[in-house]
Amino acid sequence: MVSAMKRTPLFETHEELGGRMVEFAGYAMPLHYQTGINQEHLAVRQGVGLFDVSHMGEIRVIGPDATSFLQYATLNDPERLRLGRGQYSMLPNDHGGLIDDLFVYRDGEQDYLVVANAANTGAVLRHLQDLVKGYDCHVIDESDSVALLALQGPGAPMLLGQLLDVDLTQIKRNATLDVTLSGIPARLSRTGYTGEDGFEVFLRPTDAVAVWNMFVQGGATPCGLGARDTLRLEAGFPLYGHELTETSNPLCTPFAWVVKDKEFYGRAAMWAPECRRVLVGVRLEGRGIPRQGYRVLDANGVAVGEVTSGALSPLTRDGIGFAWVDSDLSATGTALAVEIRGQPVAARVAKPPFFGA
Amino acid sequence: MKTPEELRYATSHEWVRREDEAVTVGITDFAQDQLGDVVFVELPESGRHVAKGDQVAVVESVKTASDIYAPVTGIITDVNGALETTPELINDQPYAAGWLFRIELENDSELNDLLDADAYQKSASEES
Repeated sequence: MVSAMKRTPLFETHEELGGRMVEFAGYAMPLHYQTGINQEHLAVRQGVGLFDVSHMGEIRVIGPDATSFLQYATLNDPERLRLGRGQYSMLPNDHGGLIDDLFVYRDGEQDYLVVANAANTGAVLRHLQDLVKGYDCHVIDESDSVALLALQGPGAPMLLGQLLDVDLTQIKRNATLDVTLSGIPARLSRTGYTGEDGFEVFLRPTDAVAVWNMFVQGGATPCGLGARDTLRLEAGFPLYGHELTETSNPLCTPFAWVVKDKEFYGRAAMWAPECRRVLVGVRLEGRGIPRQGYRVLDANGVAVGEVTSGALSPLTRDGIGFAWVDSDLSATGTALAVEIRGQPVAARVAKPPFFGA
Repeated sequence: MKTPEELRYATSHEWVRREDEAVTVGITDFAQDQLGDVVFVELPESGRHVAKGDQVAVVESVKTASDIYAPVTGIITDVNGALETTPELINDQPYAAGWLFRIELENDSELNDLLDADAYQKSASEES
């Protein structure tokens, strides 16, 4: 029931816009609006889309040992971050898998903001609070004091530029800038989960509706979780719970680049894996949509893997997705099949992104 | 939600329109609205004999795949090939251009087992 779920500051706005509200990670969130997932998807590829991602968790790590603590707790390298920059990272467990994937911003020399998936925020928080013992720094949950919007698409810089006196070209990819939007303080981060240019906008919860409306009046199309999923799939980004899990080793995925050769929590279980199966992108050559749990078959019809998530690309109309496949069949271009309702549908291993040049 | 009076309905959200000895079958406005953007349709082969309740087609939206059942027993005489390239017809015109297939009726009395518009609306509203 929608009423028993947590709400973001934009709950009423979503309802007013005719959002089809669904439960996601304990929150009532819009799956799509009346425009529908396909149109929302195309709005982001061709214009500007606007997402409410306030359900995501924000955890501050601050104190003299913050850098060395995150160096141990996360898989990417926070020391490489200049002030005001962010990086994609992961939180390992002690058995070779992940607790979550993260975005880590360096707000000060020893001051970081960790953005976690909504469904995992509690687990990330507990894990970091356990692990921080012995380090001189604090782990603080700021999730309830942050609203987060994502303004995504090739038209995003122009829309935002009309609301600001700031030269947006000075904000590089994964960099942040504190600005004022008609008197409202906001932090812009040039990042996103769609494969397009765009910004994530950190706000006080009480300002979320005003800024949302400002963006919609500027021409942004409200987009729900459905389009967020098809966009990230086309762009080749993983989703925790599908491509990345408690048991899947990130070193056997296309996202192995995140994992740096250093001392980190759980290294013994994760490092130098055999990778009997490898995570790859797949593109169907026949008609159909690969979906989580579908079997991947080799030329002889033998099961050699399993789909982790998939969709029909709204842009190319191809069935696309990710799958674990036997490592000897993981080279780009390898002919495979995805079993859809008992029938093999021809597919090939493909290197994401699944769209664009 | 549109529920035309002249049609008959299955609780599994197919509609049935009687046309002489055959019926045309599609999915209801309620069903297409619940599914969201339809992006893929798998239709049965013409000439196939189906029994009432058989799973005969699949309608997939972005998020989910939904089975379609034969609301009556008979032979599939025609399928809506336009859906292969424009599946969104199911969203735009569920009771017209978005029809799925036609069945030559074997047993007229099976139509009596289907719901009228009021009964279907009641059944669907209990689901949502």
